[in-house]
Amino acid sequence: MSAVPLLSCAIWLPIAAGLLVLAAGLAGNAPLARKFALFGAAAGLFVAAPLYFGFDVTTPAMQFVESKPWIPLFRINYHLGVDGLSAAFVMLNCFITLIVVFGSRVSSQKYAPSCDAVFLVMSGLFNGIFSALDGMLFYVFFEASLIPLYLLIGIWGGPGRVRAAFKFFLFTLMGSLPLLVAMIYLFFYSGGNFSIAAWHLMPIDKVSQTWVFFAFFMAFAVKTPMWPLHTWLPEAHVEAPTGGSIVLAAIALKLGAYGFLRLALPVVPDASREFAWIMVALSLAAVVYIGLVALAQMDMKKLVAYSSVAHMGFVTLGIFMLEAPGGASAASSALGIEGALIQMISHGFVAGAMFFCIGVLYERTHSRQIADYGGITRAMPKFAVFFMLFSMANIGLPGTSGFVGEILVILSAAEYNYGVAFVAASTLILSAAYTLWMYKRVMFGPVTNPAVAALNDIDVREFLVLSLLALGVLGIGLYPRSLSEIMRLSVSELLRHIAISKVF
Amino acid sequence: MIFPETRFALPDFQPACAEIFVLFMICLILMTSLFIKEKARGTLHFLAQAALIGAAALTCTASGAGTVKRAFSGMFVADMMADLLKLAIYLTISLTFFYSRAYVAGKLPRARGEYYALTLIATLGMMVVVSAGNFVTLYVGLELLSLPIYALVALERDSSRAAEAAMKYFVLGALASAFMLYGISMIYGATGTLDISAVAEGFSRNRGDRATAVFGLVFLVSGIAFKLGLAPFHMWVPDVYHGAPLSVALLISSAPKIAVFAFAVRVLINGLFPLSQDWRAMLLALVVLSMALGNLAAIAQTNFRRMLAYSSISHMGFMLLGLVSGVIDGNAKNMINAVSASMFYLLTYVLSSAGAFGVLVLLPDPDGDSGEISGLAGLGKRSPVLAATMMTLMFSMAGIPFFAGFFAKFSVLVAVVAAGSFWLAALAVFFSLVGAYYYLRIVKVMYFDPLPDGARNIETPFSMKVLVAANGLAVALLGIFPNALMFLCVKSLSFSVFA
Repeated sequence: MSAVPLLSCAIWLPIAAGLLVLAAGLAGNAPLARKFALFGAAAGLFVAAPLYFGFDVTTPAMQFVESKPWIPLFRINYHLGVDGLSAAFVMLNCFITLIVVFGSRVSSQKYAPSCDAVFLVMSGLFNGIFSALDGMLFYVFFEASLIPLYLLIGIWGGPGRVRAAFKFFLFTLMGSLPLLVAMIYLFFYSGGNFSIAAWHLMPIDKVSQTWVFFAFFMAFAVKTPMWPLHTWLPEAHVEAPTGGSIVLAAIALKLGAYGFLRLALPVVPDASREFAWIMVALSLAAVVYIGLVALAQMDMKKLVAYSSVAHMGFVTLGIFMLEAPGGASAASSALGIEGALIQMISHGFVAGAMFFCIGVLYERTHSRQIADYGGITRAMPKFAVFFMLFSMANIGLPGTSGFVGEILVILSAAEYNYGVAFVAASTLILSAAYTLWMYKRVMFGPVTNPAVAALNDIDVREFLVLSLLALGVLGIGLYPRSLSEIMRLSVSELLRHIAISKVF
Repeated sequence: MIFPETRFALPDFQPACAEIFVLFMICLILMTSLFIKEKARGTLHFLAQAALIGAAALTCTASGAGTVKRAFSGMFVADMMADLLKLAIYLTISLTFFYSRAYVAGKLPRARGEYYALTLIATLGMMVVVSAGNFVTLYVGLELLSLPIYALVALERDSSRAAEAAMKYFVLGALASAFMLYGISMIYGATGTLDISAVAEGFSRNRGDRATAVFGLVFLVSGIAFKLGLAPFHMWVPDVYHGAPLSVALLISSAPKIAVFAFAVRVLINGLFPLSQDWRAMLLALVVLSMALGNLAAIAQTNFRRMLAYSSISHMGFMLLGLVSGVIDGNAKNMINAVSASMFYLLTYVLSSAGAFGVLVLLPDPDGDSGEISGLAGLGKRSPVLAATMMTLMFSMAGIPFFAGFFAKFSVLVAVVAAGSFWLAALAVFFSLVGAYYYLRIVKVMYFDPLPDGARNIETPFSMKVLVAANGLAVALLGIFPNALMFLCVKSLSFSVFA
């Protein structure tokens, strides 16, 4: 255990840097603000690196723990720590923040320091969500992270930004308010305790489990988002600026699934098992129906947004194929959850990269319509290679990160139920169809639009960003142990825990 | 003839020294304003602030720190709750004076002396209400608080909007006062005493008069509901918030609520706790109605002042939710937590509301005074400090962490869940979701909407920028470190009302 409170640093360093950026921006010193922003993002990653590389893979226990009383009156503690479920997310978040801040276009006249500030603050809040071990602390970060995203979409978004921002905020708030009530209920149920670890251990009766499960469901299903609560997401994605879309897809979408793993499964295991079929059904609906919807999109950003929903359906499917008599074994559940976790990390890289690529095109032509493009390969060969790689990862081609998660979830599904496995596997066809069809229409064919012929290939900054993302995609694809090693013990500990009924 | 031995003992003035000091300062300000030259009228502001600082110092030194002191034959109580609430009142009134200094000098140049004197008389009324130990003192304090405010609303003599608001406020307010007086007389009839703590004892001895007491209670509760602006006694709130001079609306929206809360605590919990089942049911109806009406009507408003009025109706409903939840089981510990949750909610709300009106007061003339929401368009560019503060306040009122409003909402919800009324918690949560919409709309207008044509940057004096920023920062800091104030609320209640 190191003496430096790494998690606190990972939360508050970016936030402090964000406030400095804001101050420098208000003072009119944009270059200084830019320096602060880059420094803050780099510092965040620097602080988070030891969390990943110094992670002890031989224990499922919480690591890098910090605990101080925060609001003693309600026994709320400032309690932080990471285990195999969350360590990789903190790292991913800091990495994506650096990508977003570094990758944002600064040369243009419209560079807004406050935009970088919002990214940094958001990054700190997300780190808080992933490392909070106190229910209220989790909730506070969970809800506070709405504000930066709301501002990001509303201020720097596209023409329909106001509607998208409101829809995003109110939808998510609608989900998280029942969560607040459920947490207060658990506080009393546990005899006055907000500690998540204590909630894991306490027995809890059937009826309460059901209510609490559906409160969790509201919050996390909206956030994930699961079909049919996903409607805010495509709108938010389309209207958000490029950086906002990247963060939304790469990190914000993971919060819901992470919430299911951290809270729903271990706190109310019996209800989770009982209603797992609902989750599986909704997940399959997302995979198939949203996959088909993605096929019909004319707007690239919308297409990738729907593909994100479909991929997140895969994640929730992996999480909820729980061990049941006559159904899956513990080993296959473990496979499913591990697959879901890897899929989440992988999707962070892939979707982030896809949105960055669309941003690259949009900055040049100011159009996201597939019909406006065609023949990009001729004008931007380097870009076309990268876009190809990420499209392949989106499909789940072996060797890319997308493959690992999908194959694990499908393997798990095969043992769970052949019908489920069959429907889930249809994603391989659907995602290939919509991704490749988009790639074909945008990249190949004759150049019909004169604006496309005049395009410049990616510059050094874009090349660097795309290479880093590509490195992540290939790294996980070729050496998935780098992730699964960290997760394995925590996942099996989680499954061992939820196998025991908490009903008394 | 044998007279009983009459001995005149000088009452102990020490517990009430702050009140006496404020009274002295009011006279001083009135006299000064008669004779002072037009140019030197700025000193009135300093005198008024000095009155508040002096009162704060006296309240602190005279404080018994946890003991309950009674004076004037039990008519006057100085306990820790009174001290805490009085300090909060001084702070909000002082904020009010700072915010409205330039406004008053510009808009009401003739009535500057009256403005400060009347506001301080209202402050004195609040102090008396907060420290009342007897129904008579309560009533006197309440009138002392209300009458100057009626006059203040009408201070802008040539504004028909203000005159209408004042008339409406006065007529309805007088009616509410009459209600209250009638209720008090019923309580007196039922228990034979007007001393608040003796009333509670009276019930145990005098069992037969419960019906009379409940009859009186109805009037008392309606009076409280009127003064707090709870639906369906809320009619005056939007008109007065909209019609009164801005600096007066700022005053009405903040400090008096603290006094009325103290009134409710003293009457309902200290005095009429034996009737708690009855007043709980009455308040519950008011609470639910206020949350529903306030939040729904606020959505439809195009005027910021009216929106804040409806938002205050819903907030007062939410605040009383705590008080209501304390009653269900007789457990005194839950009661303290519930009432202190209400108190914390109220204090953070008052700070936010004063800030919101404060920003409005500082806006340039047509936008600030009319208070149209569209006048805030592009504020994020025109004045980053005012806009950032307003955004903080709006998120706080919407109950989003890390702002004070979140922990206020949280602590009230804890009280509600502790009482086991889940449907009430669900309802409260639902209406706070509805409420989030119109607070977000203000943020949207300030930051997302394009700058109106010909909009210019707003020049705000540096000192005012600092003040506004400090107000916003206080709301944010209370959201990150709420424990100290929460603890103070619990402590003050356990040493006074629940001693």
